[in-house]
Amino acid sequence: MLYPDDRMYSKSHEWVKTDGATAVIGISDYAQDALGDVVFVNLPGEGDEVSMGEAFGDVESVKAVSDLISPVSGTVSAVNEELLDAPENLNKDPYDNWIIKVDDPTGTEELLSAADYEAFCASEG
Amino acid sequence: MKLIFEKSVPGRRCAILPPCDVPAAELPEALRRSSAPALPEVGETDVSRHYTQLCQQVHGVNCGFYPLGSCTMKYNPRIDEEMAALFTGVHPLAPARSKEGCQEVLDTAKQYLCEISGMDDMTFQPAAGAHGEFTGVLLIRQYHDARGDKARTKIIVPDSAHGTNPATAAMCGYEVVNIDSAPDGCVDLEKLKAALGPDTAGLMLTNPNTVGLFDQNILEITRLVHEAGGLCYYDGANLNAVMGVARPGDMGFDCTHMNLHKTFATPHGGGGPGAGAVGCKAFLAPYLPHSALMEGPGHLQVRSFGGNFLVVVRALTYLLTLGAEGIPEAAQNAVLNANYLMKALSGTFTPAYDRLCMHEFVLDLSELKKETGVSALDVAKSLIDCGIHPPTMYFPMIVHEALMLEPTETESRETLDEAAAVLRKLYAMAHEDAEAMHTAPHTAPIGRPDEVKAARHPVLRYKAP
Amino acid sequence: MGSYVPSTPAQRQEMLRTLGLSSWRELYRDVPPDMYLDGLLHLPHGMSELEVSRAVSAMAAKNRVYATVLRGAGAYDDYIPAIVKYIPAKEEFLTAYTPYQAEMSQGLLQSIFEYQTMICELTGMDVSNASVYDGASAAAEAAAMCRDRKRRVTLISGAAHPDVINTVRTYCYGTGDELRVVPVKNGRTDPEALAAMLDGETASFYVQQPNFCGLWEDAEALGRAVHEAGALFVMGCHPISLGIAKTPADCGADIAVGEGQPLGLPLGDGGPYLGFMACREKLMRKLPGRIVGETTDDAGRRAYVLSLQAREQHIRREKASSNICSNEALCALTAGLYLTVMGPEGLAEAARQSMAKAHYLAGALCALPGVEMAYDGPYFHEFVTRLPRREEILSALEQADILGGLPVGEDGLLWCVTEKVSRAQLDQAAAIVKEVLAK
Repeated sequence: MLYPDDRMYSKSHEWVKTDGATAVIGISDYAQDALGDVVFVNLPGEGDEVSMGEAFGDVESVKAVSDLISPVSGTVSAVNEELLDAPENLNKDPYDNWIIKVDDPTGTEELLSAADYEAFCASEG
Repeated sequence: MKLIFEKSVPGRRCAILPPCDVPAAELPEALRRSSAPALPEVGETDVSRHYTQLCQQVHGVNCGFYPLGSCTMKYNPRIDEEMAALFTGVHPLAPARSKEGCQEVLDTAKQYLCEISGMDDMTFQPAAGAHGEFTGVLLIRQYHDARGDKARTKIIVPDSAHGTNPATAAMCGYEVVNIDSAPDGCVDLEKLKAALGPDTAGLMLTNPNTVGLFDQNILEITRLVHEAGGLCYYDGANLNAVMGVARPGDMGFDCTHMNLHKTFATPHGGGGPGAGAVGCKAFLAPYLPHSALMEGPGHLQVRSFGGNFLVVVRALTYLLTLGAEGIPEAAQNAVLNANYLMKALSGTFTPAYDRLCMHEFVLDLSELKKETGVSALDVAKSLIDCGIHPPTMYFPMIVHEALMLEPTETESRETLDEAAAVLRKLYAMAHEDAEAMHTAPHTAPIGRPDEVKAARHPVLRYKAP
Repeated sequence: MGSYVPSTPAQRQEMLRTLGLSSWRELYRDVPPDMYLDGLLHLPHGMSELEVSRAVSAMAAKNRVYATVLRGAGAYDDYIPAIVKYIPAKEEFLTAYTPYQAEMSQGLLQSIFEYQTMICELTGMDVSNASVYDGASAAAEAAAMCRDRKRRVTLISGAAHPDVINTVRTYCYGTGDELRVVPVKNGRTDPEALAAMLDGETASFYVQQPNFCGLWEDAEALGRAVHEAGALFVMGCHPISLGIAKTPADCGADIAVGEGQPLGLPLGDGGPYLGFMACREKLMRKLPGRIVGETTDDAGRRAYVLSLQAREQHIRREKASSNICSNEALCALTAGLYLTVMGPEGLAEAARQSMAKAHYLAGALCALPGVEMAYDGPYFHEFVTRLPRREEILSALEQADILGGLPVGEDGLLWCVTEKVSRAQLDQAAAIVKEVLAK
């Protein structure tokens, strides 16, 4: 299980890379492993508002659906449409395949460091 | 097996219609198709053989044991089919006096089903159980709307409920409040009390519930909901356990749906057509659906005309056959068969709940999975090689590695003994040759299909190369 | 008493004993005394098969099945080829459950895949589901597919079947969404009224083609207006007419739905019928209900499975767009079978003949004094005539074993003629009407 330290994480298993103006968001290795084979990703639209702690989309496997919970609040500036044709990319490389980009993100204080997130995942068992 | 399109030969046809005996009428050019639809072009021999080949790759109740929990795969009497065929030529919009026979079918079926369910009135409009749920919860919705009570925005659903229950509540504009079941699998009264309030529109419940247990607190449950001002909806999917023995109306329910294609022996048809008759107490009867074309405006309706009438004929024929004594006899033997089979298996497998069950029971295979790596899915797939249709898997969600078995009353003791022997054999095989079970079935026309590929790259129709 | 319980009384007692029980009451010990039915239900005794056969046949004998049916209005008396009645009666097709276990149900899954393909061919759409309950609920499900966060209002043509309108109204009531009925002018959807009603809140507009009175709508023009307003275009179509008529896809529709009953299903006093739903690829994941997809198995063989299940209620529960759990599988199999037997030529022939015979009857009726077409414009196989002494006419027709047109409005009759009706039957009907009017 990988926990790259070049980014922050949320307890709902999303990762966030931010330069202050834009947050790039994806799901962690732990998440893709728990989901199993991803067959489809339901993405929001550009310009949609997202709220920290609320669902902004979902990920489908064959037998289940999991909400994607936004780790920040802000406005969606871009969505990774490649995932619509190749949802398996989230399994292959969850850290290289972002899902949405959010402008003027707030709420980043709540995020965990890679080390804290790894510990959190261990405790989830 | 080839698709019918792959057997098509241009110009081949069946001769069904005579030449037109009146002058042709012209369809304006702007309204014409640009090219013919690519339907198959085959002769009748091709049709006959093709569907025979298809038929050989389908497992019907006639093929072998079908213990699908919560589906009630009981025997479908042939006389029901013969009787339905007597009514095929009636137009729904023919004058009422020309179809009094149909009216008698509906009235008699209503009489029987109201008596069985303890309800006062009924509609046959819904085409399926879920459709019936929608209709039933709409009764609740209309009732509260008529009272001007806008505060009631929530429907309570136990976490053991079938997925249709919360989906139905959402379709009726309600917010779903899920309450966790108690460890014994039944409704947790404390959680229910905590969830009830002036915003409760109602409760949706199955009894016996989806793990096959009769909730002994049922009167208290419905009393609490009524006290809070809500109504109680009975999901009749499990009625086969108690018909003629206990009635939803006596349990405190205000409205119910019944699955004619489960409890009342009408055939499943591979997934339909069924009928979800909805019964209600008199105070809800004004809100029952009616066809606008047939009966004028003023009521809701959930589909055209009156309902799946030919399915009602089948159910009526079955009810007339069973009568007052046969109805409880069916339920009693459904429960007896389930307990008998559960007992036969409990030396080997682990029932999820260690008590008498109703017409179905759940096995918890999580220990087996831990010991051998063989999952409920693997056991189910291995049953296919033994000619037995797998039981319901992974439902309800409150039991892990669940297999839910419902033998029904139309299975003989010999069949149950054989099925138990097969399952015990598979248990042993899990310890000896788990790998074979991971890759089962081996003798079916196909092995396990790649469902991930199907969902990622959907191919939902044939396209000629 | 009839019974399908194979175990003998002796076996039942023995089985009870193995459970350590001695009575049925003990088996039901969880049922509280105040609701345990000690006696029998207040119902008649059961019957043997012969008695039941007599009883239900006696009910059927009270019905009249007309030799000539000239009434449609949502239920059509098309000719059903013999083999189309025979094959769905095969026990495996009849009694199987939903094909959740793909390895054991390839025959059923393939029959649905074939059906889906044929519906796509008829409608010109990219994707079809495995069917829903009927055409009216299909229209309601289609309306739900089109809604999103911003656009929630459903527009429906007032020229659609009243049961379709009321069903869509019911589903809208459920979710709290608004339905607006577009007025009718000269028997068809009023395009000016539609244009005035389309706005930024409109999710979709539904038109029936041909409409309830049998008239062809100007679907393409209506569709253009709908798209210009940023909404989705839904067409409810008659499947036999699609043998010769422009496809909903070519008319610009995003979703095509309709009543599949004419495709080999009997009138049956209203059901079971068949709702078909097909759409453009972009809307695929919003389609409710079951869908069969093609894939391969672990040995690379072609295989069929229920797919895209993550849309459905058993997975999404309260977040599912529809609670629909089943389809009308046997009816869909029947429809696919009918389309196979008829083929493209047979279907076109059924459509052409229906249309020709309807025009022939219309001509004969309108030649009579006092009878006129209610509306101008091209029509398929249904039409409305205004005429005097409507009840007398229907009564006289009935005496000749003919079910005449459906009374609509004050003095209208909505007639329907299918390929099943012969010229002689039409001449006889016209002669009877003439006789009544001459009195």
